[in-house]
Amino acid sequence: MPLVEISNLGVAFSGVPVLHGINLTIEKGEAVGLVGESGCGKSVTWLAALGLLPGKASVSGSVKLGDEELVGSPREKLEHVRGGRIAMIFQDPSSSLNPVLRAGRQIAEAVSLHQGLSGATARAEAIRLMDLVGIPDAVRRFDNYPHEFSGGQNQRLMIAMALAGKPDLLIADEPTTALDATIQAQILDLLISLRQETGMAIVFISHDLGAVSQICERVCVMYAGRIVEQCSTEMLFRAPRHPYTRGLFDAIPRLDAGRERLIPIPGTVPQAGRMPAGCAFAPRCAHSSEVCHNQVPTLSGTDGWATACFHPLEEPGAPGPSAHILVEKVEFA
Amino acid sequence: MSATNLIEANDLVKTYISRKGLFGTPTHVRAVDGVTLSVAPATTLGIVGESGSGKSTTGRLLLGLEEPSEGQVQFDGRPMPKLKSNAWRQLRSRMQLVFQDPLAALDRRIPIGTQVAEPLDIHAVGSEKERKDRVETLLQSVGLRRDQASSYPHELSGGQRQRVVIARAIATNPDLLVCDEPVSALDVSIQAQVINLLRDLQETRGIAMAFISHDLKVVRNISDRVAVMYLGRIVEEAPSEDIFRRPLHPYTQALVSSVPVPGTALKDRIILQGEPPNPAARPSGCAFHPRCAVAMERCRVEIPAFVSVEAGRKAACHLVPATSET
Repeated sequence: MPLVEISNLGVAFSGVPVLHGINLTIEKGEAVGLVGESGCGKSVTWLAALGLLPGKASVSGSVKLGDEELVGSPREKLEHVRGGRIAMIFQDPSSSLNPVLRAGRQIAEAVSLHQGLSGATARAEAIRLMDLVGIPDAVRRFDNYPHEFSGGQNQRLMIAMALAGKPDLLIADEPTTALDATIQAQILDLLISLRQETGMAIVFISHDLGAVSQICERVCVMYAGRIVEQCSTEMLFRAPRHPYTRGLFDAIPRLDAGRERLIPIPGTVPQAGRMPAGCAFAPRCAHSSEVCHNQVPTLSGTDGWATACFHPLEEPGAPGPSAHILVEKVEFA
Repeated sequence: MSATNLIEANDLVKTYISRKGLFGTPTHVRAVDGVTLSVAPATTLGIVGESGSGKSTTGRLLLGLEEPSEGQVQFDGRPMPKLKSNAWRQLRSRMQLVFQDPLAALDRRIPIGTQVAEPLDIHAVGSEKERKDRVETLLQSVGLRRDQASSYPHELSGGQRQRVVIARAIATNPDLLVCDEPVSALDVSIQAQVINLLRDLQETRGIAMAFISHDLKVVRNISDRVAVMYLGRIVEEAPSEDIFRRPLHPYTQALVSSVPVPGTALKDRIILQGEPPNPAARPSGCAFHPRCAVAMERCRVEIPAFVSVEAGRKAACHLVPATSET
């Protein structure tokens, strides 16, 4: 049984749909990346799953954690799940921490909430967690305030707090975006080793394809409230098949390339209230045909690879060894 | 340095005084600590570094928006006039700044056409009619429609707003554009549009650019030369091609290595320990030595000089041997 099974999850803000039927399964211990530009619904998916959206949002569909249904379940039940079985960390650690409380106390609070420890044992556990996430001299720094830590260390504190409930799944929502390049590498490294040690699953939400590829085995590319491509990280980087994914790759400058002109995706992401009738990407797509403008493509494909596109791109170039593997997979299916 | 450079900075130092608590003793923080650089006309100098490395302060010093504590800036062969003098005001039309957050750089209550016209009004360029035409031409040249002059910032997308900021910056036909993280707040697909726009404008108008960013991939694409800053100093400067393919300074190597490359495992990369140090408590010797994997005893005591190490390349590291000539 999968750890989390999201089926046909939809979200509308004041009647305007922003998430159009997400289907996503997370297995135990798996690391899945959610990639997309701002407003594509990658964060909303998980905020909806954990019941963290404001009242004006209406959520439909189902999110199952094991046997438990999360959508529409009572607050007490969700509070047990949040921070307990599913923990979440966000982009800006300094705004997630309380500036007037000592950092260690905030972690100890999470420890006592989720593990039922108190006093000296909670403190000892909090120090152990601070140690685990690489805060040097954790015993002494327990009593420091968040502003006395750097941005990278604040993110480490948030991760320590998320680990307090021994979660089965950690949702990391752009955890490295606000950090400097060298610190970003440290945090990615930390997430990888924590996953190895604890065996928890990770959902890594990011707009940075490079960072996602370091952590995740599987990637979902989202566009305008839908998953448009889903496959293994390796396959996606070898040959993306949805024109939007392809466009994203072309738009990112490469460190190892020359100064050639970038190929931007023309136009902008459509606004939630003004979605085009067919495929949301069709107005910006060079491969679109009449059917794309009238009909919404569904996410389909053989196992390991799914695209929501009427004209998926073929594997470029002559069929090499990589194409071979693909063919084998198709035959198995 | 040759006389053909549009802007030259020599040994720039900017010291800020910071006080811990109301009665604490003031400490001098050297945000920029001896920066020497130059930008030739119609070329781009990329300035990269982590937060607190002094790259934005360097940009402001280049524009003469702040007075250096030591050293001087030469623009077009003449020293930068005194802050807020008449000569300084006149020079404003020749050098402009593009910021990271376009929404903060634009006034929400004024139509964008009026905002783009503002530099023209200030520098009294042309008649009112000419200015209006010019605004429309400017909007077109950054890829907006003529009729969008009457739109307000909130009616535009993030990428379009940054185009407005760029249109305003190039309104007076500047020779120098300092771009401080101009695409960091934009989505990838839009980022490429704005980068291409900046490159086109440079090609057609011959603008010199100082492009400040923490995103190495973007800097690689847009820059002719790149300067890497660490704690207020330039540690390496080289042509964009060479510096990313073969970084010489250990810090540049770590920086280049920290850019996630799909298909490369994280363990093959150099992961720096620790954080960038606080400029108020600068380590002795080479500021990078506490995080450097190859630091020697000498690095702890002696500040390495910023010297020529290869043709067209400079670095400040004891382990990178200087060339004998120059």
